[in-house]
Amino acid sequence: MATMLEVKSLSISFGGLKAVDDFHVDIESGQLYGLIGPNGAGKTTVFNLLTGVYKPDAGSILLDGVNITGKRTIDINQAGVARTFQNIRLFKDMSVLDNVKVGLHNHHPYSTLEGILRAPRFFKVEKEMDERAMELLKVFDLDKEADYKASNLPYGKQRKLEIARALATEPKLLLLDEPAAGMNPNETKELMDTIRFVREHFGLMILLIEHDMKLVSGICERLTVLNFGQVLTEGDTSDVLNDPQVIKAYLGE
Amino acid sequence: MSFLSYLINGISLGSIYAIIALGYTMVYGIAKMLNFAHGDIIMVGGFTTFTVVSTMGGDPIVGVLAAVAVCTILGVTIERVAYKPLRGASPLAVLITAIGVSYLLQNVALLIFGSNSKQFTSVVEVPALKLAEGQLSISGVTIVTIVSCIVIMIALTTFINRTKMGQAMLAVSEDKGAATLMGIDVNRTIAVTFAIGSALAAIAGVLLCSAYPSLTPYTGSMPGIKAFVAAVFGGIGSIPGAMIGGIVLGVIENLSKAYISSQLSDAIVFSVLIIVLLVRPTGILGKKIHEKV
Amino acid sequence: MKSLKKKTTLQNLLTYAIVIAFWVFIQLWSMAGQMTSLLNGLLVPICTYVILAVSLNLTVGILGELSLGHAGFMCVGAFSGAFFTKAMADVIPSVGLRFTFALFVGAAAAAVFGILIGIPVLRLKGDYLAIVTLAFGEIIKNLINVFYVGKDSRGIHFSMKDVASLGLEADGEVIIKGAQGITGTPKAATFTIGIILVLIALFIILNLIGSRTGRAIMAIRDNRIAAESVGINITKYKLLAFTISASIAGVAGVLYAHNLSSLAATTKNFGYNMSIMILVFVVLGGIGNIRGSIIAAVILTALPELLRGLNNYRMLIYAIVLIAMMLFNSAPKAVELRERFLENFKKKDKKEAA
Repeated sequence: MATMLEVKSLSISFGGLKAVDDFHVDIESGQLYGLIGPNGAGKTTVFNLLTGVYKPDAGSILLDGVNITGKRTIDINQAGVARTFQNIRLFKDMSVLDNVKVGLHNHHPYSTLEGILRAPRFFKVEKEMDERAMELLKVFDLDKEADYKASNLPYGKQRKLEIARALATEPKLLLLDEPAAGMNPNETKELMDTIRFVREHFGLMILLIEHDMKLVSGICERLTVLNFGQVLTEGDTSDVLNDPQVIKAYLGE
Repeated sequence: MSFLSYLINGISLGSIYAIIALGYTMVYGIAKMLNFAHGDIIMVGGFTTFTVVSTMGGDPIVGVLAAVAVCTILGVTIERVAYKPLRGASPLAVLITAIGVSYLLQNVALLIFGSNSKQFTSVVEVPALKLAEGQLSISGVTIVTIVSCIVIMIALTTFINRTKMGQAMLAVSEDKGAATLMGIDVNRTIAVTFAIGSALAAIAGVLLCSAYPSLTPYTGSMPGIKAFVAAVFGGIGSIPGAMIGGIVLGVIENLSKAYISSQLSDAIVFSVLIIVLLVRPTGILGKKIHEKV
Repeated sequence: MKSLKKKTTLQNLLTYAIVIAFWVFIQLWSMAGQMTSLLNGLLVPICTYVILAVSLNLTVGILGELSLGHAGFMCVGAFSGAFFTKAMADVIPSVGLRFTFALFVGAAAAAVFGILIGIPVLRLKGDYLAIVTLAFGEIIKNLINVFYVGKDSRGIHFSMKDVASLGLEADGEVIIKGAQGITGTPKAATFTIGIILVLIALFIILNLIGSRTGRAIMAIRDNRIAAESVGINITKYKLLAFTISASIAGVAGVLYAHNLSSLAATTKNFGYNMSIMILVFVVLGGIGNIRGSIIAAVILTALPELLRGLNNYRMLIYAIVLIAMMLFNSAPKAVELRERFLENFKKKDKKEAA
């Protein structure tokens, strides 16, 4: 399979401290890829670099042949990268449906004036958006809660809504930052099925950060282990998880 | 010589702004609220001294002490009644309440003293200083104002760095929750902060009215806003920032009144604020805020 | 999914209906001969403040940014609109037509200021944004007070010094006279026009909120970083909301100016106190609640005037009511008490039903 995401020697430092140093990863089309490592290893920083929240000091990011290094977050999103956040960031005072519709914003346009004057295009596009948003919500079993205020959803469902919102932007690469955090084993199992389904159904690459090793070993095909901002090792999931180096990094000396 | 005299008067006006701004900044730092009523405490201080000295014929020193006492009690009471119940509410709700308190103080003063401006007799009896063979005259009020400002600054810095209460204030302004866990009485600390801020406002009120001796129920609001600007300018929450901000503001205001246009002096002051904030979004000495993603 | 949409539409219709009902009520009231001159004089200002409150709610409630300079945009609208009406007197003889054009001129001028101020300022956050918008409002007011504009056969002349430096010909007329402002603007504003403008402002804002643009703006309010991550252009939508809000405030200013024969920029009408008063309407009406802003603006404008009999005590009462309402509405303890009370009430209801 073809390599769709190609990240080379990505680095950033904060005040002299190298948070991420010479990070690299290659992800193939349709691959489920895991990024693991102890707390503070720089995993979320990698996500922030990939999505343009931080500008890298060095390195390059190629998505489907397009150079997105150092671009603005919104341009990177339009190029095909969407993400979720470790500390859930929903539009909490908006409805569940509207959260997803914000994700659909750039793919279903009409002008502000058409919106104010309620031009025919407003009704047509809004209808499309409603249908598409409901489809997405159904995937995550959230369609019954479409009218709920996002902040009123239970925790597990909030995480799912974040994924639905990210998918609404039609990404080629989906970044999930600890999707199972705070979930019980049953919810996690369900989430694993959903992630697999999303990958099949939407045909995209998924890169996820996770501490839950059951989830990682259950769904990820390949792994990269990050330690002190550097790549410790990478490879097929089972090989990496049995690597004594990795066990040492997690458990300490 | 005239430039020097404008400059010194500017520093003096700025010292008053600085004293007011200290109160603003301390309260903001600790309670994270814009206390819009702070300016009106100045007015209350002015009227208290006016009543004691001009109406009752009391000694100016007694007048000043009375102003400090009244304002301190008033400040603590306002905090207790109007702001404390709103701890944990939205900042906008606290802001509007502070505006309500400001209206309240102005209208109570209006009922008691009427809307005509009162002639305030200066409480300062220091003679003017004549320099350069009489070409440069510095009034007694100016000297006292600048000296008071320096003394207050030193005293406040010492208080915050050297006393337990001062350290508690720093702790509460950093993190209320953690401070509580360390055994600090947060409510008491906030009350003390309001007491100090209001006492400073009383002193500022007396100095302001001594330098610009007309007193109305609205006397405090514009200096209050200017001091607020000074506090933001210097970096809100920072004590040396409030000091620098106040003095810079006073100097700019006085010099632009003298050399550009007295009508436009406020516009110039506000423009400088905007320019500073655009270059340094949290003021000259403000802390940078990072949002964690 | 249909239900929430329908609910929103119904809520919006109710808002329009309340405004129209208010108009009908006033018409009937005055037909019945009950209208006092005091009340009559309040009608156009009420419309002005309603428009201001509704437009500020777009910035504060929907965009989620605190602005203390709304009166500045009103000021720009008032002066540009009144200037247009006076300067065009010989070109467009019809007062009504000039007033209509003036509304557009005021809206456009305020929008231009909205953009000019918004571009640098919207990078700031929270209290810093508040103080800078306050500063801008004061600057606008100050500048208008030193602004002289005259018109003669050679065209229009500006000065920031005095009337003499305009160098007008003998046939010239001074239109804006520094601190004295503009005098002799035709009193073209009526209550009916005011209500029509309120409805238009509502139409624009409610439809904006219910559109793709409105969702983008609210997404920025709720979580800027997440909004950016799904491709929302933060600067564009912030500026858009701020500018529309400023522009509608400009329209309110034009209405205000055409209700007065002499217009001057004073601390009372265009100073930060006015901005704060509008903010009070928005907060008391409920942040983000457009209908609440309307009701708060009407009540809080009418109340002090209707309490005129109480003389000096009326503003004191106003202040106490304001503090009490904020404490009752927002104090965490009061909120908790209210909720507990409501819960008891519901339980009782259920028991009785069973």
